Amino acid sequence: MSSEVEVTRSHPVPDPGIPEHVERWVDVDPAASRRAERQIAACFGAVPLLALGFIVVYFFVPKTWAIQFAGLHAQAQNFWLGLLGGVAILLVGIGAVQWARLIMGDHEISEERHPAGSTAEDREQALDEVHEGITQSDLPRRKLISTTLKIALPSLALPALVTLLDMGPWPGPGMRAATIETTIWAEGVHLVTDVTYRRIKAVDMVVGELVNAAPENIQDLNNDPAAKAAATAKAAIIIVRMDPNTIKIPQSRKDWQVDGILCYSKICTHVGCPISLWEHQTHHLLCPCHQSTFDLGNSGVVVFGPAARSLPQLPITTDSEGYLVARSGFTVPVGPSYFERDSTHDYQNGDN
Amino acid sequence: MAKPTTVSSDSPALDVATPEGKKPLAGLGGPAGWLDDRVGLAKLSKGNLRKVFPDHWSFLLGEIALYSFIILLLTGVFLTIWFKPSMAEVEYQGTYQLLRGLPMSEAYQSTLTLSFDVRGGLLVRQVHHWAAMLFVAAATVHMLRIFFTGAFRKPREINWLIGIGLLSMALIEGFAGYSLPDDLLSGTGLRFVDGLIRSIPIIGTWAEFLVFGGEFPGTIIVPRLYMVHILLVPGLLLALIGAHLALVVYHKHTQYPGPGRTEKNVVGYPLFPVYMAKAGGFFFIVFGVTVLMGTFLSINPVWKFGPYTPNQITAGSQPDWYMGFVEGAIRIFPPIEWHLGHTTWSWQIFLPGVGMLGLLFGGLAAYPFIEAWITGDKSEHHLLDRPRNAPTRTSFGVAGITWYAMFWIAGGNDILANTFGGSLNAITWAMRFAVWVAPVLAFIITRRACMSLQRNDQDRVLHGAESGVIVRTPDGGYYEDHMPIPTDEAYTLTQHAEYPSLEPTAAVDENGVPMPAQVTKRRARVRDWFFRANLAKPSADEIAAAHSHGDEAHEVEASDEHKAVSQH
Ligand code: HEM
Ligand code: FES
Repeated sequence: MSSEVEVTRSHPVPDPGIPEHVERWVDVDPAASRRAERQIAACFGAVPLLALGFIVVYFFVPKTWAIQFAGLHAQAQNFWLGLLGGVAILLVGIGAVQWARLIMGDHEISEERHPAGSTAEDREQALDEVHEGITQSDLPRRKLISTTLKIALPSLALPALVTLLDMGPWPGPGMRAATIETTIWAEGVHLVTDVTYRRIKAVDMVVGELVNAAPENIQDLNNDPAAKAAATAKAAIIIVRMDPNTIKIPQSRKDWQVDGILCYSKICTHVGCPISLWEHQTHHLLCPCHQSTFDLGNSGVVVFGPAARSLPQLPITTDSEGYLVARSGFTVPVGPSYFERDSTHDYQNGDN
Repeated sequence: MAKPTTVSSDSPALDVATPEGKKPLAGLGGPAGWLDDRVGLAKLSKGNLRKVFPDHWSFLLGEIALYSFIILLLTGVFLTIWFKPSMAEVEYQGTYQLLRGLPMSEAYQSTLTLSFDVRGGLLVRQVHHWAAMLFVAAATVHMLRIFFTGAFRKPREINWLIGIGLLSMALIEGFAGYSLPDDLLSGTGLRFVDGLIRSIPIIGTWAEFLVFGGEFPGTIIVPRLYMVHILLVPGLLLALIGAHLALVVYHKHTQYPGPGRTEKNVVGYPLFPVYMAKAGGFFFIVFGVTVLMGTFLSINPVWKFGPYTPNQITAGSQPDWYMGFVEGAIRIFPPIEWHLGHTTWSWQIFLPGVGMLGLLFGGLAAYPFIEAWITGDKSEHHLLDRPRNAPTRTSFGVAGITWYAMFWIAGGNDILANTFGGSLNAITWAMRFAVWVAPVLAFIITRRACMSLQRNDQDRVLHGAESGVIVRTPDGGYYEDHMPIPTDEAYTLTQHAEYPSLEPTAAVDENGVPMPAQVTKRRARVRDWFFRANLAKPSADEIAAAHSHGDEAHEVEASDEHKAVSQH
């Protein structure tokens, strides 16, 4: 091969050759050899017994039994099946390896290597055959056939790929507007607690409190679990009450809140985890996934972490009875970014 | 010690004696003969049965990966008997009291059924998950073994690429499996993937809608991942593992350097019976250990997490360990997002998420070719390098591990902050620097360490090993007596290849006709840098001189015993 670069392997200490075979203890001591044989046989011999034990446990240990032992709490069945089965399998392995190590001859042998590539002769012959084949196919003179074939084969890939385009609906502008760009929030939808679906009275919320909430109309989807899951994934909100004197409320959002009760999307603008950790002294809301931190006392701007956009705020007010109700849907799409998202309307620190 | 100087493969000493009398398969009758008549069994196995495999513990790493894959296939088939890949909603009425009456997907329900109602179901689930952890871990460490010993060099570059394919597929397979039970953790992971896919510039939304069949979560992602997990990726893994092993057989295994081992031979034990018994036995050992892990160590107790609901999450949720580095990159990447016109480019998700995986696997795939370009070495390599003798490669490897580890640690920045009471903010900033600084430090330290290890080798060859005996000279001085090392070791420490530095070749030949430069100036410089930390090994003369010098100096004190040892 081209040796533009030299690799030298000098041997200042000459190769002493494969070390002489050293007898094992079992090779020289017949008693040790017999002991090894017995040990290996014991490994193999225990396996049927353990297998039988496994079957007995399967049939006779009820799944309700539990094992309590030194802080260990386990299903008895799982424990015994695993222990007996695991040890049985292990013993087969230990037996076989010991057999190879102690009983089988342990003379090292040496085998020659050959270069991975073919010899020049083989190459020549292969090339000849290829040449013969090409000649026989007459391709070199039939340019029309080879050209059309070269186009034909790749063109088959396109239909195959196209059939995959129906894997989901296409997110054109209309589809996006109906799905990822909207939620079921709308003017007049009541805010309800997320588990019990109870309406929330503004006066019942104390300063520092955080409530996980949902739109009241989420219950309309009870008969369609898939639609409900998709709606929940976007419409989940949190309501917090802060002391109005300690927070910044921009002019444009003066009437989005009720006496320091503010409502934000619960869906992180980073990759969409539901945000849950609330530090009520600082008004910071921390996402448990990658620790993006949003300042709910400042229109939800990011104060730390990998999220790049403020948490969307839901404009709310109270109805005639004092229950919290949405003034409109979200004014920007909630959740993580996507390419077609127009992110010029999101709140930025200092906006009014 | 007397030693044979050369070993020929046909020397009588190496023939394993066949006991006199009847051969076990005399005449190839019975089923073996029947098969041979049809498929030429004897022709196929002749020569291959006694194929030689070298022995070393580090060669077991690939085997562990292989065996855990087989365990995954076996346990996985059992799980498919009960698991229902459906996101249709049902109300749980099974054995586990705490979740009774709750709405959940059929996927989650059937996972609970497997865990509480199917005898042995929980065991098999846990064995499957442990085997998956082991599979990825073993493949990763196996890859490191290949890297640090230079086993990826010619002619094994293709097998290295197949290995990279295997490792990346293993990650996908693991992630798909993790997502199937549709519990709160796996759903959270899926939501992350949804956000990740979305962030791909230009086509992200389209990719998201096609993969999830519409908006997140939809009803089709679990069935689709199921197909990926039990058919598509296992099929690819099987095919790749087949090719991987076929190439190992074709190339014959590499071997560590040592007496009698050359680039032209392979020394070890025959496939049948020794290697078969060892490898077969080792399969059962790995299997037995994973079963015991599944018995004693609880893993992924999905009933504790509850069914997935898109508005809930548990604090401190973590992916399986092998996704930790991506998680870390996502956490510490600064919030760089472009809002251009009516579009949004989320680099802070795309780059650490998709880009990081691309960088890792792309970098790994490219390495053998980069190194070959730098060294210009075009010869075949079957003797492994001792990592210290390839200091720059070793330093790259350690730097890479450090880089990976920093991201991995960053994936637990909240846990770090909680455990050590630091501020999350400070830890995140520290990690942002650490991912750049730590690998550089690791590189420098490793290179120095390799050089001192090489120096240590030189010392042992020239002056012998420290004997632990302090000798007092007649004039009151002290020194530690050294014993010559065995020839076998001296050979092993001095057999490695050397790469003398290159003169850039002229770009014109002697007649002034331009010709393609064989060695450009730049190449010569990079190559010099690559081999700068390789110390020249002592020459035969130097060794001889050092030994005779040593003998003189110690003559007075040398005991008879010492003399006996040094006569080699
Ligand atoms: C995913 C599962 C994998 C399996 C089941 C597997 C299995 C094996 C086995 C059994 C061997 C022979 C023993 C040994 O050298 O340890 C081997 C050799 C090899 N593997 Fe893997 N491996 C996997 C992943 C990888 C990865 C990730 C790489 C590197 C990127 C890799 C590269 C190689 C190479 C280059 C060889 C030949 C090494 C030599 O002959 O010294 N493999 N593999
Ligand atoms: S999803 Fe909230 S920080 Fe990543």
